[in-house]
Amino acid sequence: MESNQNVEIVVPAKQSFATEWASDQKAFKGVPWGKAMMWIFLVSDTFIFSIFLISYMTVRFSTKAEWPNPSEVFGLHVGDYNVPLLLIAIMTFILITSSGTMALAVKYGYEKNRKMCGYLMLATAIFGASFVGMQAFEWTKLIMEGVRPWENPFGAPQFGAIFFMITGFHGTHVTIGVIFLFIMTRKVFRGDFDTGRRGFFTSQKSHYEAIEIMGLYWHFVDLVWVFIFAFFYLW
Amino acid sequence: MAADSYDDVAKNKDSIPELEVAPQDLYHAKSFWTKYIFCQDAKVIGIQYALVAASIGMVGLVSSWLMRMQIAFPGVIPMDPAAYYQLVTMHGMIMVVYLLTALFLGGFGNYLIPLMVGARDMVFPYVNMISFWVFFLAVVILAASYFVPGGPTGAGWTLYPPQAITSGTPGGDGLGIVLMLVSLAVFVIGFTMGGLNYVITILQARTRGMTLMRLPLTVWGIFTATVLALFAFPALFVAGIMMTLDNMLGTSFFMPAIVEFGERLSYDGGSPILFQHLFWFFGHPEVYIVALPAFGIVSDLISVHARKNIFGYRMMVWAIVIIGGLSFVVWAHHMYVAGMNPWFGFFFATTTLIIAIPTAIKVYNWVLTLWRGNIKLTIPMLFSIAFIITFVNGGLTGLFLGNVAVDVPLSDTYFVVAHFHMVMGIAPVLVILGSIYHWFPLITGRFLNEKLGRIHFWVTFIGSYSIYFPMHYLGFMGVTRRYFEVFEGDNFTYSITGINQFITVAALITGAVQFVFFYNIIVSSKFGKKAGKNPWKACSLEWQTADVPPTHGNFGKELPVVYRWAYDYSVPGADQDYITQDTPPSAVANARAEQT
Repeated sequence: MESNQNVEIVVPAKQSFATEWASDQKAFKGVPWGKAMMWIFLVSDTFIFSIFLISYMTVRFSTKAEWPNPSEVFGLHVGDYNVPLLLIAIMTFILITSSGTMALAVKYGYEKNRKMCGYLMLATAIFGASFVGMQAFEWTKLIMEGVRPWENPFGAPQFGAIFFMITGFHGTHVTIGVIFLFIMTRKVFRGDFDTGRRGFFTSQKSHYEAIEIMGLYWHFVDLVWVFIFAFFYLW
Repeated sequence: MAADSYDDVAKNKDSIPELEVAPQDLYHAKSFWTKYIFCQDAKVIGIQYALVAASIGMVGLVSSWLMRMQIAFPGVIPMDPAAYYQLVTMHGMIMVVYLLTALFLGGFGNYLIPLMVGARDMVFPYVNMISFWVFFLAVVILAASYFVPGGPTGAGWTLYPPQAITSGTPGGDGLGIVLMLVSLAVFVIGFTMGGLNYVITILQARTRGMTLMRLPLTVWGIFTATVLALFAFPALFVAGIMMTLDNMLGTSFFMPAIVEFGERLSYDGGSPILFQHLFWFFGHPEVYIVALPAFGIVSDLISVHARKNIFGYRMMVWAIVIIGGLSFVVWAHHMYVAGMNPWFGFFFATTTLIIAIPTAIKVYNWVLTLWRGNIKLTIPMLFSIAFIITFVNGGLTGLFLGNVAVDVPLSDTYFVVAHFHMVMGIAPVLVILGSIYHWFPLITGRFLNEKLGRIHFWVTFIGSYSIYFPMHYLGFMGVTRRYFEVFEGDNFTYSITGINQFITVAALITGAVQFVFFYNIIVSSKFGKKAGKNPWKACSLEWQTADVPPTHGNFGKELPVVYRWAYDYSVPGADQDYITQDTPPSAVANARAEQT
């Protein structure tokens, strides 16, 4: 299928948009089906996360109890010091780094550089897995300190509820991503995308575009984390 | 009608655009299981969707019978208030989500989209198949709630907290409410898989020559409704998760400090209004998810059976899109009595009434399509005309309810029940029934029985008016909805009882005639009159397949090439009164209006 076509930039964007939408067959020229589907899925998923975050803000205003101070709750004791947001900073750094390795994997994928692509996919998957691992550590720490979905020792009971729900939902997204990253890594190393081997379930031919589609999802999950980080940990 | 003035196709006769969509690699089923059960053919999936939706819809229909019996003839069918609320709730939820949404988008969407846009199948047949089975799972979970201790939830289809999850409400302290919420979440997941398929098939997999402005309006209606669903269902999904957590884990998202049976519950500081906002952010677009496919389909039915092009095609398309956009900014008109800021109500009343403009455009265009058309009073046409009338009636009462000052006294009365049943219950169902009569010859190759069909139409049409017209009056009298019984005693209630009995009898008859329809479908699919190819002489692509009924892959060896819009009926100078979409301009040289 056609992808990465070198479209001449002389056509004004407005005009090319109009002609593409007025034309037959495809509204987004040169965009493969899977990629278009992932984009629209991500818009839908954006609604899900936006509604989670808006609900969080509403509940934060509706509750009467004091909202806990995130700098204290999420701090780590290093030696004698309580370093605020240390773990979250590391987690965020790792997740953003994984976006970089993912983007490189897409590049090498399109260059048909099987090895580099595979190693970078593997690195992304490991980064993602370590993020989930650290999240598990964070959950464990908070649960040991007595934070529950229905109550916590720091203040408003909604704090724990929102924390477990939103980070849990995001963590589920990351976990699903990691699983697919490992599956795709295996496919890359096996050469499925070079030989066009058919998928086990779908019986459709494999193609390097799958890596870019995977990448879209992965970048989206990272972007969502930035918002969760800003609204939950910094506010 | 210069649909594509900037399109090269129109200028060069018979020029065929270059192929942009790679030939689709279809999985051809080999066994019974992959051919009929786990089938990847969108047509079979559509029929599966329709059958499951109709089956659970029958539960909804019987629920309404039982409710009506209780209202008019209390005691005939022994029932306690809890059972009545469970019937109300399950009737509403089944009809709106599991019947109408699934039937329009899952059923008609799957069957018609690939055929109408000229594709061999949906773009991701495997995901499409999973979508159906996830929907099936959602229906099974919903049905399971009838068999758990305490029965299904009785919170009303809006599931408002706090009462939805307190122990006084049926199903509130058992599994009823949990199963309902889980079923809805599963439904949303299944729908998302299907919905992405519909959207991408329409946007990215059309056949050569099929521009967006040549799509039949059916496709436009289903497309816009699917987009709405993809963006509105997340609100329901999230609200469902949060309410499940409130119920199972004791979180307080929606639950304020509350006392139940003299005992203070552990909830504190939640916002019940938040749930209402989330629910209606889903719930209002949901109305149009049901209505827009009906708008689209009925446009096609009217055009085919009046042998006339649809009036104002572009306006019809834009009206659908604008209604879709507006539907996201009107949700709080369901919450005027929830204690909102009055300025908030003012904003939502304004946006609500603006919707009257695009809908009125649509109604005028349907009527103008009929005007001086060669109207054939076939059964689909009868249903279409009935739809226009019903939709206008239901829409007019919407103007009452959209205004804050008028809505407040009418809120939670039978006037509201009458309004939404007219506009999003009866009207879309009339379209569904009409379109089944219309496309049955395509699906099975046989006509439905004409005589039974006419009986079915007239009883349904007159019956549903007998049910819902008097309800407006009940609403004005101040009869509140969802009440288990109307207390007898004075003259006021005497007249109400009479009306209620009339409505119940009408409801029983109207419901019963639907079983005549089911009988008709079963018998006619085997013994009906043979239809042959394109029996209605329609222009759109779904009738131009090589085989009737269409086989897997839809169009035989070659995909059709499209040269015109789907409404070239009664073109002056043409040999026949219709020119199909895949007829090249050179074949109709005499026709005087083939520039579309």
